[in-house]
Formats: sequence, C-alpha cells, structure tokens
Amino acid sequence: MTTIALSAVRADRRARRIRRTTVLGFLSAVLLALFAFALSSGQSFTPPLQVLRVLMGEEVPGASFTVGQLRLPRAVLAVLAGMSFGMGGAAFQTMLRNPLASPDIIGINLGASAAAVFGIVVLGLDGAGVSVFAIVAGLGVALTIFGLSWRGGISGTRLILVGIGVAAMLESFISYVLSQAPAWDMQEAMRWMSGSVNAAQMDQALPVLAALVIFGGALLVRAKDLEVLTLGDDMAAALGTPITRTRIVVMIASVGLIAVATAATGPILFVAFLSAPIAVRLTGHSGSSLIPAGLVGATLVLAGDHVGQFLLPARYPVGVVTAALGAPYLIYLIIRTHGGGRA
Amino acid sequence: MTSAPRLLWLIGVFGLLIFLALLSIRIGTRAVSLGDVFAALQGQVDSIGQAAVATRLPRTLLAVLAGAALGLSGAVMQGVTRNPLAEPGLLGVNTGASLAIAIGVAWFGIVSAQAFVWTAILGAGATAVFVYAIGSLGRGGATPLKLTLAGVATSIAFTSLVIAIVLPRADIAGGIRSWQIGGVGGATFDTIRLVLPFLIAGFVMALLSARKLNALAMGDELAAGLGERVALARGVSALAAIVLCGATTAACGPIGFVGLVVPHLCRLLVGVDHRWILPFSALIGAGLLTAADVLGRIVARPSELEVGIVTAFLGAPFFIWIVRRQRVREL
Repeated sequence: MTTIALSAVRADRRARRIRRTTVLGFLSAVLLALFAFALSSGQSFTPPLQVLRVLMGEEVPGASFTVGQLRLPRAVLAVLAGMSFGMGGAAFQTMLRNPLASPDIIGINLGASAAAVFGIVVLGLDGAGVSVFAIVAGLGVALTIFGLSWRGGISGTRLILVGIGVAAMLESFISYVLSQAPAWDMQEAMRWMSGSVNAAQMDQALPVLAALVIFGGALLVRAKDLEVLTLGDDMAAALGTPITRTRIVVMIASVGLIAVATAATGPILFVAFLSAPIAVRLTGHSGSSLIPAGLVGATLVLAGDHVGQFLLPARYPVGVVTAALGAPYLIYLIIRTHGGGRA
Repeated sequence: MTSAPRLLWLIGVFGLLIFLALLSIRIGTRAVSLGDVFAALQGQVDSIGQAAVATRLPRTLLAVLAGAALGLSGAVMQGVTRNPLAEPGLLGVNTGASLAIAIGVAWFGIVSAQAFVWTAILGAGATAVFVYAIGSLGRGGATPLKLTLAGVATSIAFTSLVIAIVLPRADIAGGIRSWQIGGVGGATFDTIRLVLPFLIAGFVMALLSARKLNALAMGDELAAGLGERVALARGVSALAAIVLCGATTAACGPIGFVGLVVPHLCRLLVGVDHRWILPFSALIGAGLLTAADVLGRIVARPSELEVGIVTAFLGAPFFIWIVRRQRVREL
C-alpha cells in the first residue's frame, strides 16, 4: 500500500516539476520573442540581423538610433518594470493570502507615484533620488494601510477597503501637484497617473535593475518560507519558519520592487494584480509563483506597450492598455469568487 | 427621538449653511468687505471686490445645489442598497457620467449644454445598474466589499476608456481633463439654469421616496408583506439618486465622498428615519461642499484647490473610519 502511495506522490511531483519547467521555458521563450519583435518592429521594420549588429555595439546607419536609442531602452525598461510589478504583486498576494491584496489595488503603486511626482515637481529631485524617495513613501503608505486596517489582526477585507480609501487620497494629491506644475503636458501627466514607458532612457532602467537584483533576490531567498506562510501561522511556526522575519523581509522587498519600478514608469495598473493569478493558472500551483509571475508581468508590460503604441488607432501609454485588460478580470474575479457553489 | 430636538438641529444646520454661503461669497483669493457684498448683490460691479462677488455668487449657488444633490444622492443610494459604503463616487457612477460625456463630445459632437446633462444622466444610470448588478451577483448579495470593488474596477476601466477617447483629440483633451478633477470654480448662472430642472426633479423624487426607503430598510420580504411594491420603490429611489448625481457631474465634474460622508453624519444626528435623513442630507451636503470649496480657496492661496480634491482629502479618512468601525463582512 504505502509503496504504491509513495510512488503516486513521486509521480505527481515529477509531473508538477515537468509542468513547471515547461511553463517557465515557454514563458521565457515568449518573452524573448516579444523582446526581439519589439526591437525590430515599430514605425519601420529593422531586419533582425541589423538589430543584432546594433546590440553588438556596431554603428549601423539609421538602425543605431531607432533600435539603440528608442526601442532598446523602452523594451528593457518595460521588461524590468513588468518583472518588478509581477514579483512584487505575487509576493503581496501570497503573504496576505488574498488575490485582491495586490499593491495596485491597495494603493501602494499610487503612493510611490505620488512620491515620485512630488519629488520631481516640488523638490526637484532626479535619478536615484526619486527612486529612494519613492521607496520610502511606498513603505510609509504600506505601513499606514496596515496600521489603519489593524484591529486585533489584519482582515483582508478591511485592508483592501482601507487601501482603496488611501488610494483615492493619493490620486487627488497627484492630480493637484500635476495641476500646479508648470507646462506639464498630457503625456507627462499620463505617465504619473496610469504608467508609461514613453521616452525611456537607459539610465532610468538602472535603478529598476538594481532593485530587481537586491529586492527580487531577497524575495527568492525567502520564497520557501513565503509558501509555508500560506498554510497559516500555526502550521508555519510548527514547521520552524521565522514568521515575523519573513513578513518584514517580504514586505520591504516587494514594496521596494513596486516603488522603484513606479518611480521609473508610473503606476502601470493591474500588472501586479494580474501576473500571479495568470502564472498560477499556467504552472498549476507547482512551487513558488515569484519567477513565473515576474515573467508574466514582463510579458504583459512589453506586449501592452506594443499594443498601445502600434495596434490601436492612436498611441496610448501601456498603463491604459493594462487597465482596460485588468478591470474586466477584477470584475470576473469578484463574480467568480463569490459565485454560486464556490466558497 | 422626538421631533423637537431634530427640528432644532434642522434650524441649526440651516443657519450654518447660510453662514457658510456668506463666507463663500466673502472669502477667496481676495477677501471682500460686507459693504461690497451688499453693493454687488444690488447689481453694482464698480470695484474689484464687487466684481469678485459677481463671480462668487453663481459659484456659491452651484456649490450649495451640487452639495445638496450629492448628499441626497448618497443617502438614497445607501438606503436603496442597504450598504453603508454606497456612494456615487465609490460606485463609479461619476466616472460613468464622465465616460458618457467623453463619448458624446468626441464621437457624437454634442455641443448643446442640454445634451451634455442628458448624456451625463444616461451614463450615470447605465453605470449604476452595471456596478450594482456585478456587486450583487453570487453569494451574499451586494456586500460592501463587492460593491466597492466593482465600483473601483469600473472606475479604473472607464477612466482608461476616457483617456483612450480623449488622448488623440488634443482639441477636447484640456477641457475634459480640467472638468474631470471636479470643481465649481467655473460656475455661471447659465450652467445652473441648465441643471436646475433636473436637480429639482431629483430633489422632489428623492424626498418623496423617504417612506419607501424606510420600508426597504426592514428587508425586502417584510416590506413586501407591508404592501410595498419593492421593485418599484427601489426603481424610483434609484432613479432619483441617478438624476441627482448625473446632473451634478455634468455641471461640476466628478466629486467624490460627499455622498458617503453626509448620510453617516445625518444618521448620527437624527437616527435612522429617512424622512429626517433625506432633508438633513441635502442641507449638510450643501454645507459640506460649500465649506470644502471655501477651504480650497484658503489653503492654496494665491491659487486654489479644486473642490473635488478637497472632498477626497476630507472624505477618504472618513471612509477609512467607517471601514474600521463597521464589521465589514469577510471575503
């Protein structure tokens, strides 16, 4: 009996591992293909060979500018920011055990966005200063939301509703600061209200890359403990998981990821919210969702940016595209989670 | 509670509203003397002060009317849905009006102000039905969380649709964007004259629905048992709420949280009887929006804060307070 049961478990594990590897390979391939596509296509088409030569550092007339200066920074920023949003969102949703407890729904994206706008317009910060300011503000907003929803414990419902309230204030604050800014045009305003990788520069991507290495790395180190937390605190403690330390690390790291990415691109809405559920659907609950969610996030932002730029009658920032995709999913989730037979 | 203290409250609140309205006429980027106020009220526009009063009069009147409409609209919505978080802003109804207006301006070339108001009311109505339908699907009906989330999701989706419509149209982008922040700064008597019939119709319908809302508060079955036609009662009251917030949004842009805060304050003051809650909501809503508008002119001198921003800053903490106080049902 036991041997049969054991081998069934082993077979199941193997099947999961195979599925996970396949999905990760598939996602990486899709992302790579999209990245190559984003570099070679645009207003005009650049043959892949020329793209490669530009990437190798050769000076190619025409292509060097469009590919090297315009498309590459934009695609790189889209991938890095999308990964950050995806991983940060997955960490939050796992830690709080609620798919709705995503940074972009409870207002943490907007907190970082408000800080970035305030830092740039009022304090005159730029570069890394904006990122640091956004992290501090993002953590402040996260702590405020947690503090305000604490009543002898955190209830997911209260946390989300409090977050919605805080987000409303932050949104007003952003639109006020922007309305006071001198000659701030619509495009620039859109960046801070809904997120965009327009006019990306390579040096914008650097802080995001650094955040991915530091905070993303920290999350991956804690990935096992994070998974154990989903079993409930008692179980996690019994298994010897350092609960409080894990929570603190996960919170700082995921807010850091979200904040730095937001400081570079604005709050690209619903990427953090959508990535993990999509990733889990694909991998079927096999292992941590952090890496698959990061890949899904990068794919969403890169593809969304291309759709916004070229496939619609006018050019739209990526945040508008992701918001139009994410909102119906949120509505679907509201209906399904509470639908008929399902608890 | 007997009627006497409520009547006293009513008089007190009314007095406060008059005081706030006078304040709104006197205070601004430039404070105006009482003498100038009275001179301007008699039609003089000789000094700068008197000219300021001439622009502040319609502004104050619109703030009073819009505040009353939003407060009343919120009170009716909370009554109809029996949900303490129901409110035009949170339910996305305002954004629905915005989207309808953006579509109307960009694709159907609506220019007449009359068409503007009708479009806003239609958009508000369609959105209210949509959000409420989503929120009430599934187990447990329209819980506060589901309704709020449905409203937020709809708001975000509609906002991005508005952007998608407006962004390629530089000619209308600026106008729609400034209208979207929500304010009464650009008010004229013409705007007011235009929305007034809608507001009056909404006020009358809302106030007449008080008894029906009391019946609905007892639960659908009991209300039906008492001979109330539940669906009709709901429909009429909801229509009143929609007309009120649609017309207000057409005139001022989306203004959030007034409809949330005011009915709660009223229940603290006068209890749960809608025959008292509704008139109080109108008066306190008027007072709140007028005060918020004055506040916006004071804190940001020499420029000013749009009233929609002020109400978000006053209202969101209140919203959080309600969320903390209520035992909001778990997901």
